[in-house]
Amino acid sequence: MSLVERHHRAMVRLAGAYVPSAVAEEVAQEAWIGVVKGLHKFEGRSSLKAWIFRILINCAQFRGLREARAVPFSALECDAQDRAVPEERFLDAEHPRWPGHWAKYPEPWSDQRLISNETLAMVANAMEGLPLTQREVMRLRDVEGWTSAEVCEALEISEANQRVLLHRARSKVRRAIEPYMSGGEAP
Amino acid sequence: MSNEASMDITCQELVELVTDYLEGALSHEDRTRFEQHLVMCGGCKEYLREMRKTIAISRKLSDEDLPANVRDDLLALFRKWKAGSLR
Repeated sequence: MSLVERHHRAMVRLAGAYVPSAVAEEVAQEAWIGVVKGLHKFEGRSSLKAWIFRILINCAQFRGLREARAVPFSALECDAQDRAVPEERFLDAEHPRWPGHWAKYPEPWSDQRLISNETLAMVANAMEGLPLTQREVMRLRDVEGWTSAEVCEALEISEANQRVLLHRARSKVRRAIEPYMSGGEAP
Repeated sequence: MSNEASMDITCQELVELVTDYLEGALSHEDRTRFEQHLVMCGGCKEYLREMRKTIAISRKLSDEDLPANVRDDLLALFRKWKAGSLR
């Protein structure tokens, strides 16, 4: 049972990236059925955790297709929206002394807000708004505390891709909470 | 921002390298440049701090406890499986 206790919440959260949250719990249970049925086929070539999550993702993707909510694995090309920090925060390339440097330094964050429930809710909300693959990677790495090797194995992506996705995800979440953390009103 | 010579990456470049830096994925040279820039630049130092805080906050979203009803459902599932009644 400890295996289930360790992974079930994370599985439901990850399934929620593919299917409506009302169905995510069901998908996780389906995955466990897949795990127990397939356990004799587990060859130890990957970690058990990665293998379990592979099954979960397959179940979730299959269900996602059925419910016509499947999101394709987004390409890794970069657009302006994927910049960690908006261009206008920096002096432009023509600046005589400091091209590409901060026009104005980021404001320090409030320590008090670091631990507030509002902040937590804002981060959760910002993560919800991320593209699927970015959300998956950030969830597994930063929320669940997986290593990059584990995430690459479970999601079948390269280390380099994993870093790009993680970078975009974290940068966007930072941007989303920045106004509040540096003293603004809660939205 | 006083020593121009040692700042061969810009702030705008640095913010895109933060994750590679935290992941230990920068080459030795780039890592040195990155760290030299940090020494000189309060804005980027603050930015890195904010990225670290963002990561720390998201870690708190993890809820480790399994709600009792889910636990019961899963236990029932495993019992069925053990009893061989799961197709």
